Amino acid sequence: MRLRFILSEIGIGLRRNLSMTISVVLVTFVSLTFVGAAGLLQLQIGKMKDQWYDRVEVSIFLCPATSSAPTCAGGVVTDAQLADIRAALDAPEVAPAIEEVFYETQEQAFASFQDQFQDQFWASVVTVDDMNSSLRIKLTDPTRYDVVADVVAGRPGVETVENQRELFDQVFLVLNRATLLAAGLAAVMLLAAVLLITTTIRLSALSRRRETGIMRLVGASTLFIQLPFMLEGAIAATVGAVLAVAGLWFGVDVVVQDWLGASLTWIPYVSSREVWTVAPLLVVVAILLAGISSVVTLSRYTKV
Amino acid sequence: MIRFENVTKVYARGSRPALDRVTLDVERGEFVFLVGASGSGKSTFLRLVLREERASAGKVFVAGKELGTLSSWKVPQLRRQIGTVFQDFRLLPNKTVFENVAFALQVIGKPRHHILTTVPDVLEVVGLAGKEKRKPGELSGGEQQRVAIARAFVNRPPILLCDEPTGNLDPTTSLGIMRLLDRINRTGTTVVMATHDDEIVDQMRKRVVELSGGEMVRDQSRGVYGSDR
Repeated sequence: MRLRFILSEIGIGLRRNLSMTISVVLVTFVSLTFVGAAGLLQLQIGKMKDQWYDRVEVSIFLCPATSSAPTCAGGVVTDAQLADIRAALDAPEVAPAIEEVFYETQEQAFASFQDQFQDQFWASVVTVDDMNSSLRIKLTDPTRYDVVADVVAGRPGVETVENQRELFDQVFLVLNRATLLAAGLAAVMLLAAVLLITTTIRLSALSRRRETGIMRLVGASTLFIQLPFMLEGAIAATVGAVLAVAGLWFGVDVVVQDWLGASLTWIPYVSSREVWTVAPLLVVVAILLAGISSVVTLSRYTKV
Repeated sequence: MIRFENVTKVYARGSRPALDRVTLDVERGEFVFLVGASGSGKSTFLRLVLREERASAGKVFVAGKELGTLSSWKVPQLRRQIGTVFQDFRLLPNKTVFENVAFALQVIGKPRHHILTTVPDVLEVVGLAGKEKRKPGELSGGEQQRVAIARAFVNRPPILLCDEPTGNLDPTTSLGIMRLLDRINRTGTTVVMATHDDEIVDQMRKRVVELSGGEMVRDQSRGVYGSDR
């Protein structure tokens, strides 16, 4: 009896405020899509970090014959200077951060340069002497780049120290900004959702004041009076969350996997599996939204 | 059944009390008229019994419970022991007579078979047998009030509060309602009825409690409406 009664009350409430119900669904849908997009962007960043950071190298470019760097005043790096740099890298406070050191000669650098830019006319004017010999360092922990950079930068014979990570960090910066943007929009939309759900529940409660008044008088419990309103909000918000999950799934499947995945193949992309990871979060957020709104509204409008 | 001990109710701080040091004892099975001008405190009295309001000072006992210390989650339990009837009936216009009465049982979680047997019984008691499927709008004022009484009484509460139940009804219809309330009273239900209707009070010859400006000015058994008559 109770369950059937509550369900019929919910049905009446949802139908009576159909346009409000639809707007609650839409606002939660849009806001949770942004929440989900922010989450997916972070997961995407995580994926890229996992894959790229493992391959990241620190390159110590050694002085070529012609260089304006003050540390290269002595011309081409000497064997003594190189030995000095290697010794610095072997120091006990630095060595644990280094997995492997590979020495690239000017000739090797020239060969890979020509290989990479063989179609460019200006590649032909570059000579072996223009190239840097370099030390390519693979780190045990990519985040400890500065430990290595600190000991070698500025030493005689070192022209520059380059961290590939910094290149990726640019990409991550863009993605992080995008996350912030999505999260900011999500916050605004979530606020709108809370206000809208609050208004909807209030309208619903007001339009059924007569019923709730009688319920109070004949001794219905507070929970029993409030439950239909709470569930109305929760159902509408959950439908919104489900739509958001569907939207994200569609977006990931079509835009990311099929389109981006086909054109930029070297990036690991989020897949529908990541969507399923954020889906429960979205549903929880939706229910929280509705819950908070109900508690705030109902304590005021259906007081015992 | 209902006991007021020196009860004062002040709504806004500093204003005149709506109820001023009222002490009153209503026994089980009594029929009490609560009379007095508008603003004399009759409605406040009823609201205190229902615990829609709390007393500012003094103690209110209803059905053996002191309401000042009753926690709010027990209030619904208290109200299940009190039926309430209003001047404006307060029926649900889109529900039938049967559904209106059944509503009171549904919302306190009574099982379906209980409702199906109890509601026709109480409609029989109030004289509405055969009108179960009518909507309130299709009934006369007297009949609507009978529906409201049926709803208040369907759970067989030991206390029935009536706030001017005949206020919207003509004298003949009012008499019918009073006969019904009298009949309910004789089943052992305590009835407290706030009213302006002097004819009815004079006719019924029940206990009369008069309030004036929040103070109890008269408590008379087998009394009449006006003290000066």
